[in-house]
Amino acid sequence: MKNKLFAWTALIGLILTTASCKKDTSDRTASLPALSATSQDLTAGNWRLILLSRPDSFAVNAPVPTTSPLYAADINEIKALQKNLTGEQAGSIQYWAAGGVLRWNEIMRGLVAKYNLPPVQNADGTYPIPSAANPLAYPLFPFTNPPYAARAYGYVAAAQYDALVACWYYKTKYNRIAPYNADSNVHALYVNKTDLPSYPSEAAVLAGVTAEMMKLLFPGEIASIQARLEEQELATIASGAATRTDITAGEALGRQVAELFIARARGDNAGKAVGTPDDWANFETVCISQGLTPWYSLETPKRPPMLPLFYRVKPFLFDSATVVSLRPDPPPPVGSDQMNKEVAEVKGFSDNPTRDHIRMVTYWADGVGTYTPPGHWNAIAAEDFVKQNWSEVRMARNFALLNMTLMDAAIVCWDIKYHFFNPRPSQVNAAVKTLTGVPNFPAYVSGHSVFSGSAATILGYILPSQASKYQSMAAEAAMSRLVGGIHYRTDCEVGITVGNNVGHYAVLRAENDGAN
Amino acid sequence: MKRKPILGKGAVLAGFLLLTGIAKAQTADDALMMGKKQWCNGLTYTYSSWTNYWEGTLKRDNLNLGKVTTQSVMLMSNYGITNKLNLIVGLPYVWTNASAGTLHGLKGIQDIMVDLKYEFLKSKVGKEGRISLFGVAGFSTPLSNYENDFLPMSIGIGSTTASLRLTADYQKGIFFTTLSGDYVFRGDVSVERTAYYSDSYHQTSNAYVPNQLLSNLFVGIRKPNLVVQAQVYNMYTFGGTDIRRNDMPFVSNQMNMTTVGAHVKYFLPFLPSLQVVGGADFVVAGRNVGQAQIYNGGLYYIVSL
Repeated sequence: MKNKLFAWTALIGLILTTASCKKDTSDRTASLPALSATSQDLTAGNWRLILLSRPDSFAVNAPVPTTSPLYAADINEIKALQKNLTGEQAGSIQYWAAGGVLRWNEIMRGLVAKYNLPPVQNADGTYPIPSAANPLAYPLFPFTNPPYAARAYGYVAAAQYDALVACWYYKTKYNRIAPYNADSNVHALYVNKTDLPSYPSEAAVLAGVTAEMMKLLFPGEIASIQARLEEQELATIASGAATRTDITAGEALGRQVAELFIARARGDNAGKAVGTPDDWANFETVCISQGLTPWYSLETPKRPPMLPLFYRVKPFLFDSATVVSLRPDPPPPVGSDQMNKEVAEVKGFSDNPTRDHIRMVTYWADGVGTYTPPGHWNAIAAEDFVKQNWSEVRMARNFALLNMTLMDAAIVCWDIKYHFFNPRPSQVNAAVKTLTGVPNFPAYVSGHSVFSGSAATILGYILPSQASKYQSMAAEAAMSRLVGGIHYRTDCEVGITVGNNVGHYAVLRAENDGAN
Repeated sequence: MKRKPILGKGAVLAGFLLLTGIAKAQTADDALMMGKKQWCNGLTYTYSSWTNYWEGTLKRDNLNLGKVTTQSVMLMSNYGITNKLNLIVGLPYVWTNASAGTLHGLKGIQDIMVDLKYEFLKSKVGKEGRISLFGVAGFSTPLSNYENDFLPMSIGIGSTTASLRLTADYQKGIFFTTLSGDYVFRGDVSVERTAYYSDSYHQTSNAYVPNQLLSNLFVGIRKPNLVVQAQVYNMYTFGGTDIRRNDMPFVSNQMNMTTVGAHVKYFLPFLPSLQVVGGADFVVAGRNVGQAQIYNGGLYYIVSL
């Protein structure tokens, strides 16, 4: 009897212990407070644009007078929504109230993680290439590898910024009072009341510009993105922040701005970045002709190099000549004393991984199935950005600076990688085992290092109090590739420098974009 | 004081894509008890390997992993608190390796497992038959801070678990059959990353680990110095995600499998306190696990305190 009692007590204790191990697996940003901008940045309509030549390049007609029956109908729609608000709609308002730029950035990161899977080889040992024309057939389009992802984040953020600058231009031009300020029976539900003019709606501009960009970047997600657009627009109306008319005008403006960026994207050479078998072979031939050891894929069967012609993509922050000028000196040649030393160093780390090295490598791996290093830096930035109480247009400006930097960092990095075509440590010494997958492109310079160095530089400019934190995070990201066995020290150190150099171009832009 | 044979905690079902949690000891799932104040200690070595695995329900190989092997040495201790209540503790050291590609194997102390096993019914059925019922309360938790986000090279998933097992055993003459079911509550885990994609995008370091039902059926002969049994083992995971096409496995995956195998244990005639155990199991069906072949052997020594 005593035994039984003991056994049951022990059992219940154990189950309770384990039950307490059920952690909160909900998103850390699920219950962010509503955006509370300290400044509405009412002069943002004058900020320097990226592609648009003028903030009024796309006309937005004056809204109907608040005395018109159409306006009254708009107000009535809000009242009806607020009166019959469902729990789901309330949740949706709260979700979007944290900030549309933030939420679309999170959605982007999720999509990149979803599509970041390398295609499986065909039966004959070749690899299928995802097709934008048939995105839902295997292999799904796109394969959001780091350069693809960097460019996707870059275009979306840049387009959102231009669209919001145009939006702010019209907001101050027409100065339409927001519905919750216009009618005492329209409430500000789950959002903070501001004096920001509501026409055109910044939420709808964001939804429109992002949805339109997605047609190009994630053609298999058009329906899911459209659903998010509709959710955001309905939430904005139900919150009392905008009328149907504000929304319609905003979405149209957003879509028009996106068209400009889509036209640029179609001609920026990214579509040709996969290259041809001749292109792939040529890198090897050139390398051998210089007496150097070329890179080979370490995958079985050998996979063609990842987007080898991505270096030809047109950057946002500088021209293509600058890309070449940012090239560092060559890496030490395979077989040289210096390279032998570097290989030995990698081998040393590989032979004796410490727990902290494994932690670093895993934390920064950002490999298959993740939002990639550019996504990781967006996540890092977002965590600090949401605490700044910025307006949507300033949030968009800072994400655009970050993501144009990361995209251009990818272009510069890819230029260096394919100019030098240097092998990975495990190619030089097969005994080097790695704590994460070996990326399928040349070693010099480390992509993580360039991405991280560039991001740390622009983020340190945007949030000077955090600058040293960003630089030390970048240094850890870079070193994680060395101790993980996939890069030499030179790849990482030079990579950080190259990244910092790319970041400086973003700082130059930021100093002169009128937002300070 | 009667000495009862035991099977070593040998069936660390190591070497599936995952190997922890499912590592339920045969001592916990069999129908044998240590007598009061009998203390059994021993080691079991397990070698498990697979070349093919199930990515969701799709069976495939991976030329960049080749053959993945998981080996372990499990330290096991079983003490008879009374004839009807045993305390069983297991502690495995695990190491992994992939024969192809560049991925680094990992090694380390894995999860300590503690089971309290209680025989709550034993009764004669007919002339020669005997039926016994057992309940086992189990607990396991990682004893080292090993990396759980580098599957299939990780040595475990890092979950703390509690489990409740019911076992029914019928013996007639030397023939026996044992049926056992174990419900395992598995705690969620932390991963090093701050966001991950499983079947959707999660912005958290906490990852869901679904509960499991482990079932087994043993059929064989049982004599005082020899047990030989054929066995079927099934692991079912309640929910969880599938590995996506060409993705890496993850702690939240739905890992299911069925194995068939045979196990022997034998007391040496010249040294009756020493028990030798051995067995082989083969995964015949699975989901998000490796199609492993598992071999183990162990030595146990019983003392009376």
